[in-house]
Amino acid sequence: MRIAEIENELIEEFELFGDDWEGKYEHLIDLGKHLPLIDKQHKTDDRLIKGCQSRVWLHSELYDEKVVFTADSDAIITKGIVAILIRVFSGQTPEEIMQADLIFIDDIGLKEHLSPTRANGLVSMIKQIKMYAIALNLSQNS
Amino acid sequence: METITKNNIFNSQKLRQDFPILSKKANGKPLVYLDSGATAQKPKQVIDAISNYYQSQNANIHRGVHQLSQEITIAYENARATIQKHLNAAVSHEIIFTSGTTESINLVANSFGKKYINASDEIIISEMEHHSNIVPWQVLCEEKGAVLKVIPINENGELRIDEYKKLLCSKTRIVAVTHVSNTLGTINPVKEIIALAHEKSIPVLIDGAQAVPHMKVDIQALDADFYCFSGHKVFGPTGVGILYGKEKWLNKIPPYKVGGGIIKTVTFEKTEYADLPLKFEAGTPHIGGGIGLAAAIDYVNEIGLENIGAYEHELLEYATLKLLAIEGLRIIGTAKEKASVISFVIEEVHPLDVGTILDKQGIAVRTGHHCTQPLMEHFGLPGTIRVSLVFYNTKEEIDVLVNGIQKAIKMLR
Repeated sequence: MRIAEIENELIEEFELFGDDWEGKYEHLIDLGKHLPLIDKQHKTDDRLIKGCQSRVWLHSELYDEKVVFTADSDAIITKGIVAILIRVFSGQTPEEIMQADLIFIDDIGLKEHLSPTRANGLVSMIKQIKMYAIALNLSQNS
Repeated sequence: METITKNNIFNSQKLRQDFPILSKKANGKPLVYLDSGATAQKPKQVIDAISNYYQSQNANIHRGVHQLSQEITIAYENARATIQKHLNAAVSHEIIFTSGTTESINLVANSFGKKYINASDEIIISEMEHHSNIVPWQVLCEEKGAVLKVIPINENGELRIDEYKKLLCSKTRIVAVTHVSNTLGTINPVKEIIALAHEKSIPVLIDGAQAVPHMKVDIQALDADFYCFSGHKVFGPTGVGILYGKEKWLNKIPPYKVGGGIIKTVTFEKTEYADLPLKFEAGTPHIGGGIGLAAAIDYVNEIGLENIGAYEHELLEYATLKLLAIEGLRIIGTAKEKASVISFVIEEVHPLDVGTILDKQGIAVRTGHHCTQPLMEHFGLPGTIRVSLVFYNTKEEIDVLVNGIQKAIKMLR
């Protein structure tokens, strides 16, 4: 599936909850519990997205010209957010990742996590994902 | 304000009506604001004073011959006198308006440091300081080749006075400690800390940001050389704060920022500075802020800090008891003397997650390291959840918090 299709799927999935914040967060927590976990050997400081409150480790590898992400966090809601991003980006090519727009975050009602000052918000995670894509794209073409 | 303390029952519900924001909803739920330690809400008396200043008093101070300027100059100097009286400072020119506690501390670190700190001198702070009472001293030490010494704490989060005594020596030039810990709530024995330093003729700066909103501070009884606090934590506006300095020190140290309004004469060869307090107030100050801060102090005094202190203590005890009943919850900071601030952690759940779920229920708490990373390191924690209570909070709100935490645990574990 392409990035836009997965995004639409996520929007539809979260729309089911309507105004039910509890349902939405329970789903997010559930997604966090099923996050493709980073291999222990990769859970190192250089893969840590530095933030204020919760820690996020993110790892990327290239398989068959597609980027595969794994991650972990010490906070479960943060894990849920990373899980959403991984669902969107894992298995895509570096170029597709670099070009993706991410307005779906707003549409699934997680906008409050988008604030750039929010500790370890989505912004720094997305930035890191795109950085990995750029790096992998360069290594692929060199 | 007889109604507030009638029959010795503190009427928090009535006081809440003075705070327009408290009737707001957050995420569709009635707002439960438990983050006054970060910034306190403002009563309409303060909002009105600020609004009135811009609507009918605005002019620049200390320089105009016209009526408006003269009137606002008097009002601004009256605001200074209100703060002097509130702190029981000896004279009003010992009260310097700054932008907040951070600037007050930076002012002293810079100006005092410039004149009195040399290579291998020592500066004493404590392990429980806010970053704003660490970093200015650290930078000063780096610049001058001086050494930062740190008073350790015990497992309850109280300063080790025995260790402090050992640190005080002939190399110590200044001691800078907090009156009340923003993270733990610990009330430090600052009078004793000051007296011990004074035995060796060492001046002491006290960070009073978390103390002034909760208790009566008598500067002369404490004998502090410098005392700092912020307007916004004491129900006043943001962007204004106070540095109290003993006259003898303020006369000795150079200005921190220079420019207009702080000079007697300027030639290209030499500038002669104005007398106190203007020497430290270059540029047009935050006039509306000063007016608003005085209105906040008046408001607090009308309720009475003793009444406030007694009620907040009751809230603290109630909240402590209720929180401790939650399975797996551990309070960080169990000092004998505490202000109404409670930090805690809960087994198997991250503070950020709890804060997020509480927010969804309209409950505002602070999570994280609270700008006290060295303190968090002492306790081996990445952060805590902090609840800070003031006189407009109620026991009912604490019940809402406890239910909110139970719900968060259920969802998160």
